[in-house]
Amino acid sequence: MTEPVLEVHGLRKYFPVSTGSLLHRKVAWVRAVEAVDFAIQPGETLGLIGESGCGKTTTAKLILLQEKPTAGAIVFDGEDVLSLNGQDLMRYRRSVQVVFQDPYSSLSPRMRVGNIIAEPLEIHTKLSRAERQERVAEVLELVGLQPDVAKLFPHEFSGGQRQRIAIARALVTDTRLIVLDEAVSALDVSIRAQIMSQLEHLQATLGVSYLFIGHDLATVAHISHRIAVMYLGQLVEIAESSELCTHPLHPYTQALLAAALPSHPNDKRGRLTLSGEVPSALAPPSGCRFHTRCPRAMPRCAEEVPVISEVASAHDVACHLY
Amino acid sequence: MAPLLEVSDLRTHFTSFGGSRVVKAVDGVSFALNEGETLGLIGESGCGKTTTCLSIVGLLPPAARIASGRIVFAGEDLTRKTQRQMRRVRGRSIAMILQDPMASLNPLFSIYTQVGEPAYYHRNIRGRSLRQRVQDLLRSVRIPSPAMRMRDYPHQMSGGMRQRIVGAIALAGGPRLIIADEPTTNLDVTIQAQYLDLLKDLQHDTGVAIIFVTHNLGIVARMCDRMAVMYAGKIVEQASVQELFDAPKHPYTKALLGSLPKLGSKEPLYAIPGQPPNLARLPTGCAFHPRCADAMPLCAEHEPQDAQFGPGWTARCWRATQLVKEAYDRASA
Amino acid sequence: MSLTTVRPAATEISAIAGPLSWLRAGGGWPVLPLGILIPFVFVAVFANAIAPYDPTEPIPGAKIFEPPFWSQGGSLHTLLGTDYQSRDVLSRLIFGARVSLIVGVMGTVVAGSIGTTLGMLAGYLGGWVDQLIMRVTDAWLALPAIVFAIFLATMVGPSMWNIIIILGAVYWTRYARVIRGEVLSLREREFVKLAEIAGASRTRVIMRHILPNVMNSTMVLASLTIGVVIIAEASLSFLGVGVPPPEPAWGSMLADGRSMLMVGDWWLTIFPGLGILLVVLATQLFGDWLRIRLDPQQRNL
Repeated sequence: MTEPVLEVHGLRKYFPVSTGSLLHRKVAWVRAVEAVDFAIQPGETLGLIGESGCGKTTTAKLILLQEKPTAGAIVFDGEDVLSLNGQDLMRYRRSVQVVFQDPYSSLSPRMRVGNIIAEPLEIHTKLSRAERQERVAEVLELVGLQPDVAKLFPHEFSGGQRQRIAIARALVTDTRLIVLDEAVSALDVSIRAQIMSQLEHLQATLGVSYLFIGHDLATVAHISHRIAVMYLGQLVEIAESSELCTHPLHPYTQALLAAALPSHPNDKRGRLTLSGEVPSALAPPSGCRFHTRCPRAMPRCAEEVPVISEVASAHDVACHLY
Repeated sequence: MAPLLEVSDLRTHFTSFGGSRVVKAVDGVSFALNEGETLGLIGESGCGKTTTCLSIVGLLPPAARIASGRIVFAGEDLTRKTQRQMRRVRGRSIAMILQDPMASLNPLFSIYTQVGEPAYYHRNIRGRSLRQRVQDLLRSVRIPSPAMRMRDYPHQMSGGMRQRIVGAIALAGGPRLIIADEPTTNLDVTIQAQYLDLLKDLQHDTGVAIIFVTHNLGIVARMCDRMAVMYAGKIVEQASVQELFDAPKHPYTKALLGSLPKLGSKEPLYAIPGQPPNLARLPTGCAFHPRCADAMPLCAEHEPQDAQFGPGWTARCWRATQLVKEAYDRASA
Repeated sequence: MSLTTVRPAATEISAIAGPLSWLRAGGGWPVLPLGILIPFVFVAVFANAIAPYDPTEPIPGAKIFEPPFWSQGGSLHTLLGTDYQSRDVLSRLIFGARVSLIVGVMGTVVAGSIGTTLGMLAGYLGGWVDQLIMRVTDAWLALPAIVFAIFLATMVGPSMWNIIIILGAVYWTRYARVIRGEVLSLREREFVKLAEIAGASRTRVIMRHILPNVMNSTMVLASLTIGVVIIAEASLSFLGVGVPPPEPAWGSMLADGRSMLMVGDWWLTIFPGLGILLVVLATQLFGDWLRIRLDPQQRNL
């Protein structure tokens, strides 16, 4: 088994929130990410799915070092990322990049596209200007754009093209992992398919890994090899993608599948048995956080936190039913 | 029976710079909707679906105007009405649900005031019957403890609940048609499913017709009886949802269906090449031809006309017409 | 706010701006302000070639207090009359334009540089840097500008460069405040975050991503500030602590001619006064046009 590109162990992130009146200042903790473990292999796409408040965006921020974890470890190529400094840290930064959701604010409006893409090269390498331009032309072709668009400004491009530019920028250094944070959610349906094909093609050619964060199960399942499902900060299920769609084990995953929109009018999925809303992360339910809405909750679920464990081959669930 | 809503050759234009530039946001749209039916108006950004709906309710921005066409609702032509007359129609006979519930609700007024307003103005309900009506409405959109929640304000409710309240406001005036413009785009997946189930139930109970404007084919598959696919301001194909999903005739419809990821399948998606068109600079002939896999030379020269493919099934495509004609010729030979 | 709403970036529909649409007469160019400013700059730059006489020397053979040529007693040799030292008013006006221009522009540049830099540092770095800069800005703003300028001028002594630096030091605060606000929202934009994630140093982020995007606001502020600085310079000259004589400045011309207004020698004050009025009006109108042109959403500058 090859060494994973990225591993996270017991990752936790709590945000302090002050509540109470002026006289009784209390600090409460928003438990945004609670003990998350996963690994991403080289050339693999791990999908991360969940609804609002599940912690997937925070997890991404932790991996990108935009936030410091409250506890836990992030291991990249065998090294503990959180203890890296200087050159080693720069090495991590150029190997792990991100593409964000909004194509209209991801590109610096006053910089030419060529310079935007070349910026990581300027930061991390000592390539000459000509060498940089060559590399920029290379990645532009890789993402399906003409090399001579490098001299244009972002506002001359459509949403889908801007995302391609963002992807090009993410690839320009020797990137090993790209975090795609809802990267296709804001695009038109026809463009979405274009970008997803492009991403798959790039993965096949360059062997880059993806952490694909999304909220639409069909889209995430299509591009991911494995999928991790999060609910209220916890990882509840992780399995190979078609296995997850055909044999979901955790009741929340089952609910997500039941809620997913059909792809054909004859595709009757049955009514959703999930009621209510997601509880607040300030005061999450005790034990299994899903038990308040779970149609198959048992008394044990309110008391004991289920541990994620392998239930079938390469299929881990955190649920007392198993 | 006459349809509830009949739109005939609607053309809505945006003008800028004192008339020097005209953008044909809606360019010859025709469709019909019967009582209690659900129509899906589907297309990507810039195709004109929202402008069509705004034309129907008379809420176009100042730079836009209906250039020609008729919108006949319950026997009356809405394009002939003044704004004052339209105010009697909006909220009472036709209601709208928009995408962002926070923008649709006024943060300063209580739920009771906002849900009650259409009933107050359009149906003249007052006092205790008004309170009862608001509670009934809130109950029908499944808001728990309606009597208490009536007194709350929008910021005290979650996104899903707010969207349901918007639904209650839409129903309060007793409309015959609800136009829902991307109502679930901002909602979580499970909340969206709950909401769509709710809309289906409400439609069943009240018999209201719904126009669902969306870019999401899944919603159309789930909710709609008929669908109309829009591209560059025109309807390129319309038929029943079953017909269109089974055997689409227009290449754009086929491409849209092909680009939809199907749960559990790793089949490669069909990626439509090129970009959505710039309405200010449309290609000659068929607006879709630069991106069409089946384009013929004719497509670049002449705009295709609506051709009939079955009862209630029309599509605008030279290739599709040609294929049908060939099949017909073969069958008669 | 959903991100699937249509953005008008690639299409060309634009709404017609309601107010000030008369500014668009002439194809969208600000005809009136430019009509005043371009000649002003031209005259100031080519003063040596245009002015008929040396502004600091009395004209030989001319009387003192000669009126403009169209009044009785005036002559075509001294088109706008002479002052109390029989120096040509027109020439003094022309050279005074140069002083106003230089001090106005350079003072704005100094103010803009200081203010923008501090604003960017405060906005981007946050924390104690932000607190420190903002408290200094607040304190500075509490001082009345002209009085402070006078104080500084009397401390360091009058000379053109001293005045420029003083005015720059007095007027930087408005930049700092506005730019800081912009930077606060700019730094949350995704392209800034992307640069940070890619490992860009803070200097790099500020110079490459923040600064170019605040330049719009800086330019608008600058065009609105030039007028203020010109008036400040005129005020200082009027009070005698501006550019020292015999260098002509519109403000000192006003001061010199003030007493003669009583006896009817109006040309000594009206012309420089008109000069100040027109130039400042033109810069303000230009600044307004620039603000609408560059970013129609920025109505509150």
